[in-house]
Amino acid sequence: MTGTDTELEAQIAEWRSYMLRRKAISEADVDELEDHLRERVGDLTESGLNPDEAFLIAVKRMGRMDELSREFAREHSDRLWKQLVLEPEAKESADAAPRRDLVVMIVCAALGVLAIKLPALFGLGFDDSEEFYVRNTGLLVLAPLAVYFAWRRRLGAVMIAVIAGLFAVGAVAVNAYPVDTDSQSIVLSAIHLPLALWFVIGLAYMGGEWRSGPKRMDFIRFTGEWFIYFVLIDMGGGVLTAFTAGVFGAIDVDAEVFISEWLVPCGAAAAVVVAAWLVEAKQSVIENMAPVLTRVFTPLFALTLVAALVAIGVTTNAIDVERDMLILFDLLLVVVLGLVLYSISARDAAAKPGAFDWMQLALVVSALLIDVLVLVAILGRITEWGFTPNKSAALGENLILFVNLAWTAWLYFAILRRRKRFAQLEQWQTDYMPVYAAWAAAVVLIVPPLFSFA
Amino acid sequence: MHIAKDLVAASATPLVLGILAEEESYGYAILKEISDRSGGRLEWTEGLLYPLLHRLERLGHVESSWRTPEGGRRRKYYAITEDGLRELAEQRRQWAAVTDALQDVWKATRALGPVPPPALEA
Repeated sequence: MTGTDTELEAQIAEWRSYMLRRKAISEADVDELEDHLRERVGDLTESGLNPDEAFLIAVKRMGRMDELSREFAREHSDRLWKQLVLEPEAKESADAAPRRDLVVMIVCAALGVLAIKLPALFGLGFDDSEEFYVRNTGLLVLAPLAVYFAWRRRLGAVMIAVIAGLFAVGAVAVNAYPVDTDSQSIVLSAIHLPLALWFVIGLAYMGGEWRSGPKRMDFIRFTGEWFIYFVLIDMGGGVLTAFTAGVFGAIDVDAEVFISEWLVPCGAAAAVVVAAWLVEAKQSVIENMAPVLTRVFTPLFALTLVAALVAIGVTTNAIDVERDMLILFDLLLVVVLGLVLYSISARDAAAKPGAFDWMQLALVVSALLIDVLVLVAILGRITEWGFTPNKSAALGENLILFVNLAWTAWLYFAILRRRKRFAQLEQWQTDYMPVYAAWAAAVVLIVPPLFSFA
Repeated sequence: MHIAKDLVAASATPLVLGILAEEESYGYAILKEISDRSGGRLEWTEGLLYPLLHRLERLGHVESSWRTPEGGRRRKYYAITEDGLRELAEQRRQWAAVTDALQDVWKATRALGPVPPPALEA
């Protein structure tokens, strides 16, 4: 009897290791399924089967592993949000899909390079047509990314028309408005157009399912991971640039024109698409990295924010509301939201709230306080000097972030008190997403005419 | 008798919540319970049950805990929450409306054609 028992154990161990290879099924799930399997084997042996047969039948009844794994992936899309299992591509041979993706990526990256260099053919060089590039860089580098996702997601004609239409609206607004080269509006458009277009990219990324909360969460995750890859590629590009300049300098060949006209702009334009491809193609790499980064930087950002609050309290210095400072603060608040969102989306929903969650609450609350101080400073300036495009945009952004942070803090507190669940916080964030998109679009389309293009 | 997939999926949540409302349980026992209650006509797969349990947990309708009964294996138990009881009550109302309407329709259509005699069941 012991012989068959060890045999059964060996079979179960083998089954287990095979199950664990499925990315959608976590170890705890396999534990749960193993318990299930053993229970059924027990029942079957009791009814007269020998363990061998019982194991076979039990495994068979559990259903084909592919199907089981697909069902798990449906529920735990956070573990496998790359849709590898859910997309029709999964049916293709394992080799063909990545190779085709690679081709799509290379074509779109080439489009990016073409888009950034093509204007130069029509006499719009980087040096002499600076204004053109201030207006259009976002448009030129993001359009190929939209093409990439439209292609990858096999969007329908209607969706493609909508996305192309939105890009066209952005292009018209940023180029047709009679704003001055040194006006506030042109800088605001230059900053907000890429942001608004990023949400249009989101439409393509979500394959038209933009109403779905989980899809939006995927897009938020994609944004964070794209950013990490993009920064990594840029840093590598920086090293490459330094070597290029150094090596050609040593042999007395001037590479400066090549670097500033070709290497840097083309590299950056291509990196936009390559980073997007990497996020999906090398998912497991970033899946291991991003949670670690979140864990490391959440306490550090919390400390920085608390230190800043203490410094403001001690020195009673008001926050400087110059444009650069406002952008810095808004970025800081967005990073805080990003950290919170990322750690929520990566956490095990069943895990109980712990010390790290209190740290996140501290992070959110200190970000909220900083936002209040920024709002006070902006409102002070507005009552003193009146509205300007810059201050209106900043006021709107900070109000939007204030509402989000305040409600996030409240939800987080309720979660820690076990009154609410993380899923509700996630839903709040995904529901709130269109507000950002609408505001970014409003700053591009409505603010310039409102201030008569000042 | 084969029960259509849509019907199985639609009835899955109230069935699981109803079983857990009686007492806490674990995956295999829930599966057996469902099979017993339906006289073997509802045969759920694990691919239906476990993702459903995990979804209900994410939504806060059930809570899970790993426990090791004496002399047994470590096992994941599920218990219904306050939220889950509310959801169950809501589902019950909805199902009552559906079955009422169906009963009415069955009665009305009885005259039109032969009704499968219930005697076959026995």
